Amino acid sequence: MKFGVVRFPGSCDEVDALEAARRVGDAVLLWHADHDLQDVDAVIVPGGFSYGDYLRAGAIARFAPVMEEVADFARGGGLVLGICNGFQVLCEAGLLPGALLPNTSLKFVFRQVALEVVDADTPFTNACQPGERLSVPVKHTTGRYFSPEPVHVVLRYAPGENPNGSQDDIAGVCNDAGNVFGLMPHPEHAVDPLTGSTDGLKIFESLRAQVDDRVHA
Amino acid sequence: MRARVLVRPKQGILDPQGQAVERALPALGFSGVANVHVGRLIELDVDDPSQLPEMCERLLANPLVEDYEIVEENGR
Repeated sequence: MKFGVVRFPGSCDEVDALEAARRVGDAVLLWHADHDLQDVDAVIVPGGFSYGDYLRAGAIARFAPVMEEVADFARGGGLVLGICNGFQVLCEAGLLPGALLPNTSLKFVFRQVALEVVDADTPFTNACQPGERLSVPVKHTTGRYFSPEPVHVVLRYAPGENPNGSQDDIAGVCNDAGNVFGLMPHPEHAVDPLTGSTDGLKIFESLRAQVDDRVHA
Repeated sequence: MRARVLVRPKQGILDPQGQAVERALPALGFSGVANVHVGRLIELDVDDPSQLPEMCERLLANPLVEDYEIVEENGR
């Protein structure tokens, strides 16, 4: 399987995402100004501060040339994972419902959090058990999830762990079709025992299993 | 045409910036202040002001969580 990781000016987690993806498959970088997704099986929109996050987080990046391709890919059922700033970009692009607002504390939060897997029957969580807890770091200032409409919740912050004031402790959501997923925590930073947890690898393993199933189906 | 776009958090959405300012004012001795909200002001020169609403919907505001108000200034 081949992952594509988007690199915008101002991305900063694309290399970790690339390395995490390479633990389960092949991975290439996709340049923001290109119109080419290089025949990848899944796209990762990584964390960082795309285009400086001027105006609002993710507001400018959604108009990047590569995002036109990502939107077409998503509309065609392609698997898209947005992490942190990538989640913000996907919400701004309308590929995911809702919006990310400034943390209730107005402070940058950077710590390990416990997540609960609400839905283990998605392309992004099939390697998890329902209700399983994952230890993954968050690091953001604009991570308070809000949606006026009910959404498909995939991950929640465990009770008492909500770092940003997100509605209903929502940490990650997917679209109605189930092929686009965004989360504020960083699974790509939790793939090596060196950093304390390898739980994040399950997100990448899930994608791998999903794509393998498709190939062999 | 000179225009101003005022962007505010939608009513009912928690505005921690507004709350922080609201708490700071009494600390300085200003009393009787309530319902403080902090938004954004965008000033721009625009040839065709009829495009302003679409600019707001697509970029300047996020209509899901923000209200916007367009103020056109005459004589500029």
